[in-house]
Amino acid sequence: MPKDSGIGAASKRREDVRFLTGTGNYTDDINVYGQTYVYFLRSDVAHGRINNIDTSAAAAMEGVVGIFTGADFEGIGGLPCGWQVTDRFGEAMQEPAHPVLAQGKVRHVGDPIAAVVAESLQQARDAAEAIEVDIEELPAVVDMKAALEEGSAKVHDDLTSNLCYDWGFVEDNKAAVDEAIKNAAHVTTLELVNNRLVANPMEPRVAVGEYNRSNDESTLYTTSQNPHVIRLLMGAFVLGIPEHKLRVVAPDVGGGFGTKIFHYAEEAFVTFAARKLNRPVKWTASRSEAFMSDAHGRDHVTKIELALDADNNFTALRTETYANMGAYLSTFAPSVPTWLHGTLMAGNYKTPLIYVNVKAVFTNTVPVDAYRGAGRPEATYQLERVVDKAARELGVDPIALRRQNFISEFPYATPVAVEYDTGDYFATMDKLEEIADLAGFEARRKESEAKGMLRGLGVNCYIEACGIAPSNLVGQLGARAGLYDAATVRVNATGSISVMVGAHSHGQGHETAFPQVVADMLGIDESMIEIVHGDSSKIPFGMGTYGSRSLAVCGSAMVKATEKIIKKAKKIASHLLEASEGDIELKDGQFTVAGTDKSVAWGDVTLAAYVPHNYPLEDIEPGLEETAFYDPSNFTYPSGAYCCEVELDPETGRVTIERFAAADDFGNVVNPMIVEGQVHGGIGQGIGQALLENCVYDSEGQLLSASYMDYAMPRAEDVPFYVVDHSCATPCTHNPLGVKGCGEAGAIGSPPSVVNAVIDAIQSSGKKDVTHIDMPLSPQRVWAAMQG
Amino acid sequence: MAKLSMTVNGRAVSGEATGNRLLVEFLREDLRMTGTHVGCDTSQCGACVVHVNGKAVKSCTMMAAEADGAEITTIEGIAEPDGTLSRVQQAFQDYHGLQCGFCTPGMVMTATKLLEQNPSPTEAEIRHHLEGNICRCTGYHNIVKAIMAASGQDVSKIAAE
Ligand code: FES
Ligand code: FES
Repeated sequence: MPKDSGIGAASKRREDVRFLTGTGNYTDDINVYGQTYVYFLRSDVAHGRINNIDTSAAAAMEGVVGIFTGADFEGIGGLPCGWQVTDRFGEAMQEPAHPVLAQGKVRHVGDPIAAVVAESLQQARDAAEAIEVDIEELPAVVDMKAALEEGSAKVHDDLTSNLCYDWGFVEDNKAAVDEAIKNAAHVTTLELVNNRLVANPMEPRVAVGEYNRSNDESTLYTTSQNPHVIRLLMGAFVLGIPEHKLRVVAPDVGGGFGTKIFHYAEEAFVTFAARKLNRPVKWTASRSEAFMSDAHGRDHVTKIELALDADNNFTALRTETYANMGAYLSTFAPSVPTWLHGTLMAGNYKTPLIYVNVKAVFTNTVPVDAYRGAGRPEATYQLERVVDKAARELGVDPIALRRQNFISEFPYATPVAVEYDTGDYFATMDKLEEIADLAGFEARRKESEAKGMLRGLGVNCYIEACGIAPSNLVGQLGARAGLYDAATVRVNATGSISVMVGAHSHGQGHETAFPQVVADMLGIDESMIEIVHGDSSKIPFGMGTYGSRSLAVCGSAMVKATEKIIKKAKKIASHLLEASEGDIELKDGQFTVAGTDKSVAWGDVTLAAYVPHNYPLEDIEPGLEETAFYDPSNFTYPSGAYCCEVELDPETGRVTIERFAAADDFGNVVNPMIVEGQVHGGIGQGIGQALLENCVYDSEGQLLSASYMDYAMPRAEDVPFYVVDHSCATPCTHNPLGVKGCGEAGAIGSPPSVVNAVIDAIQSSGKKDVTHIDMPLSPQRVWAAMQG
Repeated sequence: MAKLSMTVNGRAVSGEATGNRLLVEFLREDLRMTGTHVGCDTSQCGACVVHVNGKAVKSCTMMAAEADGAEITTIEGIAEPDGTLSRVQQAFQDYHGLQCGFCTPGMVMTATKLLEQNPSPTEAEIRHHLEGNICRCTGYHNIVKAIMAASGQDVSKIAAE
């Protein structure tokens, strides 16, 4: 029987009511008395030297309150990078300055040159047009390999080259890997591109800055996945505002997918300008502005080689990747192609020798950072494509080849420095074969062929490292932050509870799922528990939501805090019941003396805590509120197997997704409805990457895909119903809930199976020489490949 | 500035707007009805859909002045006055047809109109009808399912083998 409340129940989302009735409170819905509007004048060239900016005419225009340029930020910190990667030779990465407004040069289309603050947006926009900017255009650096050539133009004049770092992992394995590949019975090689994407949460970014002169306090309302991180980065590194004078609020946020993790120039600007002008300042991105200022995702160019012995066992893996950083280092950019990518290259397989090389490159493009999956989709894509290609080359069944090489014993220490705690890759593959109805595929293929269509089936596995992350470990790897999380459980006198959590919900349904956990632990009704998040003045601390970490890390903090509550509540109960503490049991919201019918209710105990007339005051304090910080001891390792079935029109190259199935192991699940929704959404984005989405620059660095007219977002007709299953659960061994995280799996696990399916369809027509097509698999690309 | 008046969710409202003021700006900024959202600047996403004189309209494509005298329904006017959700709204909650909620007002407005015109649409008809509404969170699965359920169709077998 499915449960109807608590852990495991598909509780309906309580946040839905406000979203369904138009009463949500998104950042753009916030209007502050006396607010002004800022419009950013952005570079329309990819690379240029700023000779002069003349704002005098603009400053005299009606409604203008202030105009700012890079000169106003001299001596003020730039946007910091939160992760320092050390290269193969033990040197720190090259780390350029990232001014809030451009200083000296513009480095990508969209780089902000000046900011005009006015009484209305229209006035700000009109005045921006009157700013005279003299920019001397410089040759743009767009292609990563060309950027590394001797004599290439440099994005940053003060760096030695456009190379951010040349990273090797594990460097000590390199010689052995080279040797194994040289001596292998078979080597499969694949060169591929992981296409640049734009995350495109439907809510564009917004920032409202406010300053209260009477107490010298600044408030920033912003579309963020992690308000405390923004407070820390902006307060300490950019504007020099101490935390107790800076409040950051991220109210309802309309999707994030990674791109709202980072600290952006516009946030720092509105906070800065509000102080300078003593007026609130509001910025709302247009969608076109989002395309040229939100951090982009992916953009890797990779060569991967898989070595196999004569029995088709994987013996070694070597990859070389060029990873685009864009023009500046976004907050977590350096970590994505390295620690979130190289460490995942073992995938689900017991390949003994692995070497990963990554060259991170500066180009005159928008900065690239984490997008749903962040590094793990790139790892999964190349690995699962090369395994599929190997199976075709060797003439073996791609599923059998995978099964043969599966890791089967846990814990398993990979050659790329991580230890998987649990998993059962055979079980998820068995489940996939069942739910995808692999047995029925041949018949469906015949039906398609009878219509003149080709049909293909593609499968892939994935593993991801979630629950980010053990602080001491990531500290060694270059993180400039801890990655724990925090929760405060505040029990009120009448027994209702407010839980202040550091995780931020922007679609994940924390307001519903988190109370399920606390309700389960206390045996009280979910409706008595409220989640508070997204406001640095209300919650103790928090590193926010990304990396499928909310429940695994912040949820664990919440469990720890609730355990402290239970401990104290039992003390109070034992006093009220005149029994020894060890004999008190808590069940269904009742404290009972074991083996007796003596009991007090939850509400009696909470009331006693706040009205301590009959209370052990000599032993414990009144009140019932506890905080816990939780730092995970390892990553979590969700895994699974995905299957895609496509139909391909050989006349046009058009691919349609006919069926899609996903078998995931997320460990324990708190709310299956929410988990399935997360997987659906991830698959939708993965199909988008595989078939439709592509962020394209021309050779001059002009962004060609800067609106929904040119950037193809997946729409309802582009995707089918998905069959998803998460019944194969091997609980995480090192967090109290046994949960692994489900937010990114769909996006990580789906692109390879789509491409594998298309290659299968094409080869089924006899065109065996078509072994790879780069994403997105647009009709043009597929058709061209088929013409050979 | 031209004066204009209209009926929004059954209430007479009036205001002023310049010739280039969009209906969505008038709703959000002048009337402070922020349930209607703006997700793009090229009339592609559908976050801004409202009903104008009985038709589903992208309010970012219509000037406020053109709506002078019109009957407008926004997402704020869909539930019953006592707060009871409409059947489309209720189905979206029951079938988890929303995550971040940003596309949701437009989805609900589009779906509500669809079911008025086509009381029992097929999956393909629904998907086709949503071509002007982008959702980045749900992968559309539960949106399509919710609309089918709202139309009274049995959705228990969807995507179950
Ligand atoms: S805001 Fe109207 S279609 Fe996007
Ligand atoms: S629910 Fe977030 S965009 Fe649709």
